Amino acid sequence: MKEKRSLTCVECPMGCSIEVETENGVAVSVKGNSCPRGKLYAENEIVCPKRVLTSTVRAASGEMIPVKTSSPIPKASMLAIMQTINAVHPTLPLKIGDVLVHDIADGVDLVVAGCVETHI
Amino acid sequence: MYDCVVIGGGVVGGTVLRELTKYDLRAVLLEKENDVGMGASRANSGIVHAGFDAPPNTNKAKFNVAGNKMMPTYCADLGVKYRNNGSLVVAFSDEDKNTLHELKKRGEENGVTGLQILDAKALKTKEPHISAQAIGALYAPTGGIVCPYELTVAAIGNAMDNGADLLTDFDVEKIEKKSDGFHVYAADGRSVTGKLLLNCAGLAGGKIAALAGDESIRIYPRKGEYILLDRESGDYISHTLFFAPTKRGKGVLISQTVDNNVIVGPTAIEQDGTETTAEGLGYIGEKSREMCPDLPLYNTITSFAGVRAYSDRHDFVIEESATVDGLIHCVGIESPGLTSAPAIAEYVASTLVAKHIALKKNDRFDPIRQPDCFFKNLSTEEKNAVIKRDPAYGKIVCRCEQVTEGEIVRAIRENPPAKSVDAVKRRTRSGMGRCQGGFCQPHIAEILARELGIRFEDVTKSGKGSQLVREKTK
Amino acid sequence: MRNCDIAIIGGGPAGLAAAIAAYDKGVKNILIFEREEKTGGILKQCIHNGFGLTRFQESLTGPEYAARFVEAVEKRNIETLINTTVLSLSNDKTITAINPTDGVFTVRAKAVILAMGCRERSRGALNIAGSRPAGIYSAGTAQKYVNIKGYLPGKEVVILGSGDIGLIMARRMTLEGAKVHAVCEIMPYSSGLKRNIVQCLDDFGIPLYLNHTITRIDGGDRVTGVEISRVDENKQPIAGTQRYFPCDTVLFSVGLIPENELTKGADIPLSPKTRGAVVYQNRETLVGGVFACGNVLQVHDLVDFVSEEAETAGRGAADYVSGGGGDKAPLDVLNGQNISYVLPQKIDKNLAGDVKLFFRVNNTFKNCTIKAVSGDTELSARKKKIAVPGEMETLILKADSIASAYAPITVFLEEEA
Repeated sequence: MKEKRSLTCVECPMGCSIEVETENGVAVSVKGNSCPRGKLYAENEIVCPKRVLTSTVRAASGEMIPVKTSSPIPKASMLAIMQTINAVHPTLPLKIGDVLVHDIADGVDLVVAGCVETHI
Repeated sequence: MYDCVVIGGGVVGGTVLRELTKYDLRAVLLEKENDVGMGASRANSGIVHAGFDAPPNTNKAKFNVAGNKMMPTYCADLGVKYRNNGSLVVAFSDEDKNTLHELKKRGEENGVTGLQILDAKALKTKEPHISAQAIGALYAPTGGIVCPYELTVAAIGNAMDNGADLLTDFDVEKIEKKSDGFHVYAADGRSVTGKLLLNCAGLAGGKIAALAGDESIRIYPRKGEYILLDRESGDYISHTLFFAPTKRGKGVLISQTVDNNVIVGPTAIEQDGTETTAEGLGYIGEKSREMCPDLPLYNTITSFAGVRAYSDRHDFVIEESATVDGLIHCVGIESPGLTSAPAIAEYVASTLVAKHIALKKNDRFDPIRQPDCFFKNLSTEEKNAVIKRDPAYGKIVCRCEQVTEGEIVRAIRENPPAKSVDAVKRRTRSGMGRCQGGFCQPHIAEILARELGIRFEDVTKSGKGSQLVREKTK
Repeated sequence: MRNCDIAIIGGGPAGLAAAIAAYDKGVKNILIFEREEKTGGILKQCIHNGFGLTRFQESLTGPEYAARFVEAVEKRNIETLINTTVLSLSNDKTITAINPTDGVFTVRAKAVILAMGCRERSRGALNIAGSRPAGIYSAGTAQKYVNIKGYLPGKEVVILGSGDIGLIMARRMTLEGAKVHAVCEIMPYSSGLKRNIVQCLDDFGIPLYLNHTITRIDGGDRVTGVEISRVDENKQPIAGTQRYFPCDTVLFSVGLIPENELTKGADIPLSPKTRGAVVYQNRETLVGGVFACGNVLQVHDLVDFVSEEAETAGRGAADYVSGGGGDKAPLDVLNGQNISYVLPQKIDKNLAGDVKLFFRVNNTFKNCTIKAVSGDTELSARKKKIAVPGEMETLILKADSIASAYAPITVFLEEEA
């Protein structure tokens, strides 16, 4: 069965409007994208929308530490993964890129994504 | 056992409390909110009226003119900003012009000095932005401006420094008159006892009177909305500009404030509550443009509303209750209550309290209070000496108003102690600038939590129930 | 009194990039004034990703993006005064500042770079009716509470304004367990990036009400609810369209205002359109030797552009210190039809190189052409499939076309017939 879907690409600030034609749940044509990332985005968006999840964890000593998933994870699992993130309380010192949770979902890691702010 | 229990921490209760500490009296102030100056004294025009409005021989006329004369020294002692900017009542019609002459005559009868009728040209020289429709004005050189909550906080702080007590969050629920005096109970179970009860409860003046057994006091609310403009527009005008008064009151005024903002308002609606309304704010905008067509209303930084309490007698009620011995009323204090407060306080102590208690001077009374803005007034060398002693004075927390951590800590520690973000704001002006606390509020909340020894989640904007944040994440 | 070659006011993304660029152009005696405990500015609290796609071809979080510049400054040993607030600037380039260790002190600089950033428009500026309970925050303040302090301001949220920070906070608070009931936007279009509408609102089923505003806020101690209404073409609420949301929190994301109080104090001319200084293409203001860049100059959508602009200013300041500041051959750049502003507002023909113009369109346009003309001569043109006010546009003027221009340059947008 053929279907048409309109998407807005979130890969970069341009936010291209993309028209995707699908057949049996798979993209057969992608139009409106300005770059290959847009095509890939549209193809994935049809099958399983994924996003990079960013959040914070509270260090054992109280500081808030920015974190992100090292790659996009399924959009539908974001709130569930937040539960895991909220239970992580690492010990300092930490630096950008340090892995806090291996394979938090789909083989993707949770990594430190910022310098550590002094807690109140 | 206190000699005097003052109920209500507004400008009247505050000045009365301070006056009592000039004598060897034990005095306590009961305030139902988390800070003082939270009722009418929190949000009004901040005008030191010359005294030409009230009919001769009324309490309003008597205390206004006396209070106006006291204000410069009173403010200087307390370190409160006061400016003698002069008032202008502006006429737009022949009828208005007649009113100006009536006001001048009335003012002179009340003892106001220096009143002068100006023609359009003289008015334009004084205020270049005034509407071309204006045909003249009554100039009152003794008119001035003061910050109402700054005056209230300072009077109460000075009273506390001189030995008076303050109980906040004391919501009076029951009053019993026994042989030893008045027993006053709060909703939370606390109680105090005093020989005399001074009812300075503002809007709750009727309720307090009734609790004490006097059903004769009837107080009503009148709401007024205001718009405040950025300091950038501060020198747009220099005088306080009034329309010629009508039966409904003095109407919308435009004035500089002592902090160099411009205040525009109020409306006058017979109701309680401090919500602003689209109609009210619209009305203020419209009226103020009649006065000054190019008023920079686009420079608005905030709008707010306050409630004035008036009595059914339409005059200040400053007297001992006719039915309850030892119950002294200072209620129905609508405009010009702020101006009148120091004079009311003097009269209450020297006449009404003195009737019951032989007054003996308190030799240790020190009328001087260091101003909240003391740090700003120092020279660079003096500032550096302070910063050397206390580095917190070198850390700017509120960037818009340039308030340091040292000043914030001082506001939390000194009398009357600030316990909420708004209380800190009223004392230091942190968060009153153009960003309205967007940047500094989290930092001020941290300082409050640290100084008060409470959890961050328990820091409030303005007392019970107004916590800034809901919960810790994670 | 201390002396330095270049004083940079602000250690956010603009100040840091300007410092690095000036240093790399050979001026080493640089002093950065930072009012907070750490440099990095607002990026410290922008923990979401999407930064750096233009500059680094990767999607970084705000703190990651900032860290690259913080490290580069550290590597160059550029001196940064933290916890230091600049109190005033005079147009002879003397700075008075305050901090806990040095007290109040003055610094005389050969050149100054203004990089103070911007602030959020507050609720007060909008004259929205109602009470003033706890629970009303600008989106950036809420972001600081959540991301830096680790506290949730509230659990039931309505957001006014669809600026990017508001959209980002809608997602952020949802992820932290709050329920965002609505985002209202008074304009017929969002001022935020389209991708943020998708990934911050659509992904979480948060409704966006265009042509709506908050008409009343209720609550005594804490917010208890808001009333929103549809607005007409004059932005006036339409009676009968009210809708009520019980909530405990209202966030405002209603625009950013460059923080130019120091600039005004130094009598540096500002543009009423950008609310930032009027500048030449090297980001020099009309007071020689004082430069401006980043959000204090014009509110940017992307930090990548901030860095680029700051580097221009940094190099400009370095040139000025090492003997620049000669005579100028100024040419005005004006905003024409359908354009709300253009920056730089002036081009100095004596400066070499191409000039990139930054501007915003004043409405949503499809299939249009943006042109720069000088007199009858077209200097540059660019076709656009879509142009929206929420996204900053650029147009490059080639050096030779600038050299040929003698009348003021006007940038305008032409819709396809």
